[in-house]
Amino acid sequence: MRKVAIYGKGGIGKSTTTQNTVAGLVEMGKRVMVVGCDPKADSTRLLLGGLAQRSVLDTLREEGEDVELADIRAKGFCSSLCVESGGPEPGVGCAGRGIITSINMLEQLGAYDESEQLDYVFYDVLGDVVCGGFAMPIREGKAEEIYIVVSGEMMAMYAANNICKGIQKYAQTGAVRLGGLICNSRKTDNEKELIQALAARLGTHMIHFVPRHNDVQRAEIQRKTVIEWNAACEQADEYRTLARSIEGNKKFVIPKPLSIQELENLLMEFGILGT
Amino acid sequence: MLNGTTTEIAERKALRINPAKTCQPIGAMYAALGIHGCMPHSHGSQGCCSYHRSHLTRHFKEPVMATTSSFTEGASVFGGLANLTQALRNIFTIYDPEIVAVHTTCLSEVIGDDIPTIIRKAREEGCIPDGKLVIHANTPSFVGSHVYGFANMTTAMVNYLSEKTGTVLNQVNVIPGFVEPADMREIKRIAAAMGVEIVMFPDTSNVLDGPLTGQYKMYPEGGATVAQIKSAGDSIATVALGHFASHVAAATLESKCKVPAAFLELPIGVSATDRFVDAIRGYAGVEVPAAIELERGRLVDLMSDLHQYFHGKRVAVSGDPDQVIALTQFLLELEMKPVMCITGSPGNAFEKRMHELLDSVVPAAKIKQNADLFELHQWMKNEPVDLLITNTYGKHIARAENVPFVRFGFPILDRAGHRYYPTIGYAGATRLIDQMLNALLDHRDRTCSEEWFELVQ
Repeated sequence: MRKVAIYGKGGIGKSTTTQNTVAGLVEMGKRVMVVGCDPKADSTRLLLGGLAQRSVLDTLREEGEDVELADIRAKGFCSSLCVESGGPEPGVGCAGRGIITSINMLEQLGAYDESEQLDYVFYDVLGDVVCGGFAMPIREGKAEEIYIVVSGEMMAMYAANNICKGIQKYAQTGAVRLGGLICNSRKTDNEKELIQALAARLGTHMIHFVPRHNDVQRAEIQRKTVIEWNAACEQADEYRTLARSIEGNKKFVIPKPLSIQELENLLMEFGILGT
Repeated sequence: MLNGTTTEIAERKALRINPAKTCQPIGAMYAALGIHGCMPHSHGSQGCCSYHRSHLTRHFKEPVMATTSSFTEGASVFGGLANLTQALRNIFTIYDPEIVAVHTTCLSEVIGDDIPTIIRKAREEGCIPDGKLVIHANTPSFVGSHVYGFANMTTAMVNYLSEKTGTVLNQVNVIPGFVEPADMREIKRIAAAMGVEIVMFPDTSNVLDGPLTGQYKMYPEGGATVAQIKSAGDSIATVALGHFASHVAAATLESKCKVPAAFLELPIGVSATDRFVDAIRGYAGVEVPAAIELERGRLVDLMSDLHQYFHGKRVAVSGDPDQVIALTQFLLELEMKPVMCITGSPGNAFEKRMHELLDSVVPAAKIKQNADLFELHQWMKNEPVDLLITNTYGKHIARAENVPFVRFGFPILDRAGHRYYPTIGYAGATRLIDQMLNALLDHRDRTCSEEWFELVQ
């Protein structure tokens, strides 16, 4: 079983990219579980056709500790398995602790057992790794390969660099490695080259450049992944390519984060080239 | 037992061995018990509340009532609103206190529960009956110590309860600090002997040292009433005893209700008690009665009679900062040498004041805040002392070093006298002299050679 976590700046398209990629993998016949680690519990909406999933923490709250796997795991597109951690309302409680609780509960319930015959588990994590809870998927060998969704915008790159610092920290004691950057295009100047250069500096590679296309939005309105919405469209092939790249990926590294100055210089270099 | 303690002292930054402090909520819980008809409430997991109750019980040998929000995994994630709301509903329904004093724990602090909002919502939902009160203090244990928790809850009493109506009442507030019920009783006795009306809060006398009557009372007779604490805003002045435990509350009352405050130290020994008596006398406009002067006179006589046994004796002291600052002055009055003085509580004011007291008379004295008993033990191994004064946790050191030992401060888990006899005031100083002398002479009688074994001392 390959254990994958998707990180990236808030709003960059982690959930969308994860689900569309997972759609590509399940279409290939892989058995995949997606664990949403965002208190908003919207990481599996496209696979499930709506916010139909009762979150682990809601279940825990309502049923007490006597929870069964079937209560918290639902089947989505092509038999993908969907779990949402959930969490407190904004401004109260501790969302980080929620993720720790829910991942521990999944382990206790045997969601990762051999008998489940999973090929992949995907953790879709909230934008910034603000505390230990949000680092849970990369601690203690839970996720072993990380993909960071990024675009050519400064703040997205800044977040990606920060996440690399987290990975570097946990990589020293565990098996977690960076698998690559996924560029979710915002159509900024020289975006592809910029992210390729950033990836090179970090010691990794850009595993795929996902072009911006309105079909993604159209599919989302229909609560579907692009592949399910229109299996024949161009964008569906982009996600299939990304899925195949991840399937075939062999490059797992401990990233070398940049200093802020290096990061800004990089942006300057490519920004100036573009004008 | 402590045979592994070495003489070589290594610099430690993150490690504490045998700490000389405990959690903030213990102080908050103790302070809350000093309000009449109050249920202390611990907003966190059950274990915190159990430990704090049992620790207080081990010291006072009385049942200590307190309730808890009983956090579960779910409450840690979703916040403690539901738990505290339900707790308040249950507490007022089942235990019917006048007031609930909520303190936080590390867990509810880290997840950032907003207690005032929860209390307000609970009132809106009708969980708090009309006429009943709920107050709160934030008491994260990873900040300060039990002394800070006491100070925070005492300050909460002022913030929530004290009011200024405009009519000045002929009474003086006393904020006693983290001291024994017997000490609080002694403060009341001195004030009564002087004919001064006082409002003391918190006041745990008759709460944690009540009589055995055969009948259990969840809310014993003692404690400052809500009405008294409310009226503190109309008092002539406040006398606050102890920088760490009491001054914040007095300063808060000064700024909130314009009640002038005297910021004193704990009245341990002659001159500190003089200052306390004089402050009360001055504010109330009374004369010090002959009975109090006689008490003082007897103490001074005792000090003079026994001077030979105390003079020049090297003493190591550990305790809460207010207690150590005050006791050090009494030791100096006896012409003893407080050569090592530590507190487990953090706070620069401790070291500053201790240097003021000791630099000119005992220049070599070691003084340290945020310290631990292990380090004190190491110092004692390098430079032996004649007497050790700490709470019960010092007994291991006393045994290992075969040094006379007097139990003083909080907690005392293995002796009983602290429950009955004060250590503050002139009477308290007399008792301290008695304890120190017995410790010194018992040790000498046990260990001296026969020709020095005297019948008469």
